[in-house]
Amino acid sequence: MTADTLTHHDHHHNADATDIFGFWIYIMSDCILFAIIFATFAVLHTDLYGGPALKELTDMPYVLVETMVLLSSSFTYGMSILALYKNEIKKVITWLIITFLLGATFVGMEINEFVHLCLEGHSWQSSAALSAFFTLVGTHGFHVFMGLFWMLTLVIQLLVFGINPMMRRRLTYLGLFWAFLDIVWIFVFTIVYLMEAI
Amino acid sequence: MSGPHETSIEHGSGQKTLSSYIIGFILCIILTLISFGLVEKRMLSDTYLYLGLAGLAVIQLFVQCICFLRLNCSPEGRWNLLPFLFSILIISILVGGSLWIMYNLNYNMSN
Repeated sequence: MTADTLTHHDHHHNADATDIFGFWIYIMSDCILFAIIFATFAVLHTDLYGGPALKELTDMPYVLVETMVLLSSSFTYGMSILALYKNEIKKVITWLIITFLLGATFVGMEINEFVHLCLEGHSWQSSAALSAFFTLVGTHGFHVFMGLFWMLTLVIQLLVFGINPMMRRRLTYLGLFWAFLDIVWIFVFTIVYLMEAI
Repeated sequence: MSGPHETSIEHGSGQKTLSSYIIGFILCIILTLISFGLVEKRMLSDTYLYLGLAGLAVIQLFVQCICFLRLNCSPEGRWNLLPFLFSILIISILVGGSLWIMYNLNYNMSN
């Protein structure tokens, strides 16, 4: 290996590290967005405008299943990253599809919960507490939905391009994003569902 | 050109391993079940229940950051760690500050 290719390689991996660092900064700014919505929820969660308390509207076992589904999807995404290390493209795609299905189940369960709440007359227009509830849980759900869309795009790109440095980087970005969504969900189920149920 | 050096850099926040994923996954399941179990069975008084839930959530945050994201204090890892700590600072100011202000506002309005 000549000095020339070495320099090139160094430049390349530094660029990758910088790109991923940039994406990490985006994730942190998204954290702050969620923090603001959490603060809003914490301020408004008791303003029910005569409606029933949030704990009467939520179903614990249902939320537990949602939580486990999302947690498993984080694990299966990890499995696809490990397959990526070994350059096993079939395994990468299989694990991504499993992750996609788990994520889709999560979003489906959340939409089902929202539809039921609205049909029972507890929409975001009912009270400040419910507005805050729908904004917080909805923003998280929307992130997961966008992550699913992104995952599908990556599966198609993997089929077209195969595994190359560009695809490794893209899969790393989505991995960070997906782990981040699972971390935000820890606080959603603790603060919105469990603490309200006390 | 595909030595271990290359892969570790290209995957951002630290090298992932199967064992770290499995340990993280099992710990998270246990922590989640404890959280739900505490609320379901009402094993503690309300104040301790709030504290316990907050504690469990923070532990799970660290488990996921260490096992899934592989945040660490190595020279490369530090670049990810510093913005992370800074965000935690901003988040505590935002959330703590909002609650503090609104609590005082409520108190003054009703007195």
